[in-house]
Amino acid sequence: MDKLNKIDKELLSQIADLHTIPQGSFNIRKNGKLVSRSSNEDIQIVSKNNKEGIDIIVKKDIKNKSVHIPVIVTQGGFKDLVYNDFYIGDNAEVTIVAGCGIHNNGTAQSGHNGIHTFHIGKNARVTYIEKHLALGNGKGEKVLNPITNIIMGSNSYLDMQTIQLGGVTYSNRTTKAKLNKCSELNVVEKILTTDNQQAKTVFNVNMIGENCKCNVVSRSVAKGDSIQEFKSKLIGKSTCFGRVECDAILLDNARVKSIPEIDAVVKEATLNHEATVGKIAGEQLIKLMSLGLTEQEAEDVIIKGYLK
Amino acid sequence: MLELKNISYSVIDENQVNIDILKHINLKFNKGINVITGQNGSGKSTLIKVIMDINKATSGKVIYNGKDISNMNITERANIGFTLAFQQPIRFKGIKVKNLLDIASSKNNKLSDACEYLSKVGLCAKDYINRDVDNTLSGGELKRIELAIALAKGGEVFLFDEPEAGIDLWSFDSLIELFKNLENKIVIIVSHQEKIIQCANKVVVLDNDNVKEYTSKQAIKQIKKIQCGKLGG
Repeated sequence: MDKLNKIDKELLSQIADLHTIPQGSFNIRKNGKLVSRSSNEDIQIVSKNNKEGIDIIVKKDIKNKSVHIPVIVTQGGFKDLVYNDFYIGDNAEVTIVAGCGIHNNGTAQSGHNGIHTFHIGKNARVTYIEKHLALGNGKGEKVLNPITNIIMGSNSYLDMQTIQLGGVTYSNRTTKAKLNKCSELNVVEKILTTDNQQAKTVFNVNMIGENCKCNVVSRSVAKGDSIQEFKSKLIGKSTCFGRVECDAILLDNARVKSIPEIDAVVKEATLNHEATVGKIAGEQLIKLMSLGLTEQEAEDVIIKGYLK
Repeated sequence: MLELKNISYSVIDENQVNIDILKHINLKFNKGINVITGQNGSGKSTLIKVIMDINKATSGKVIYNGKDISNMNITERANIGFTLAFQQPIRFKGIKVKNLLDIASSKNNKLSDACEYLSKVGLCAKDYINRDVDNTLSGGELKRIELAIALAKGGEVFLFDEPEAGIDLWSFDSLIELFKNLENKIVIIVSHQEKIIQCANKVVVLDNDNVKEYTSKQAIKQIKKIQCGKLGG
């Protein structure tokens, strides 16, 4: 951690709640280079030989373990591309905290493309938290394009939380998942865009195994002239339950498009999509104002709750 | 004392026709329980909303303790002690019961503080404080939480818009008790319930441009004279 300056530490604390060296395994990457790593028998972190990135190997049967793998980009104009593969052993219970923080005070575009693949073993339970944040006053654009591929073993469970906290000029997130028998995928996505930012999200969930479940919740706030697009595709190929909920609050001149696709290949598949896009409900503002808040304070409380 | 002087409220419908909902209403509310009743569409809820400035009076004045507060907005009225429990409580996404109690009372409520408010509406604080105020709560639960939030906020002028609606399992007597505990405040309740009317110091029967004031006994006699259906709903 000695090699990290004040900005680095600020980014790490915001994207991975890292204030000191974390417990358990970790891998901190800065401007394409390894800064610090801790690997142990329970969760091994191994560099890839043929390309940039790491393999994270979680031993089977371990319980209550965590691994932090944050990435920071602080060099203007730097574009990072990294492949991370997670191998989660059968019956393991693990929390993975990823995330990317960009600080760009320059004029050139900087960015990070993280390509993550999860191989989740049978009966494993995984919590995956990915926070994205960009700071810096330069004109240089800050770009994040994460791709997440998920293969869920039978009876496994993944709780995936993705949070884009702001400042990201462009983001294009793609998540593809394949659900085997009795597996359950829960996704909560929170996005805030302002100014001229653009954020695009694509979910593609293939529900193959009997009795698998998928629940995707997207909550977003778009301010200024920002544009967001949320595309989801659920394909039910067996007796399964899939649900997508997209809620977006619009402020100023912002725009949000929600494009659902639900494909019940067999009649036993139950799939559902709900989307609400619009300004803050006037009655919510009035309720909070009747408790003594100003209109602006009421708006802030509603947005904070939404993105919490 | 809260005084409404010559209050009118009108809206313009889709055909650009002016519709008067309240016409030249003059009323005085003293400390104690004041019940407003009347037929559906008689303007009861509108009047409550005008008092809170949610609906802006088209003309007339609102005088509170001798001061003209007609130009005060919702926030300002809330901050001088006007507290409204909505007829249909509002649901939020990502906001918990505790958040609303904290905002209402301007403090960080501990479980014991929350218990003080929630137990008065028959709810156990530890079961509810961390619940989201969204559609996972039933209508009845939400209605009781709305009352608890009003108690947490406190104030000098309490406005309850049909507080009994949707509250079925909780005892009615507890609701009456809740109002009686506010007797040293100005309490204005929109209600059709005889039990609530019975405990009123003053009953106002509203009919858009016609206001009649009664004691609770007179009101109940009067109501019984008129067919129940006319006042119902």
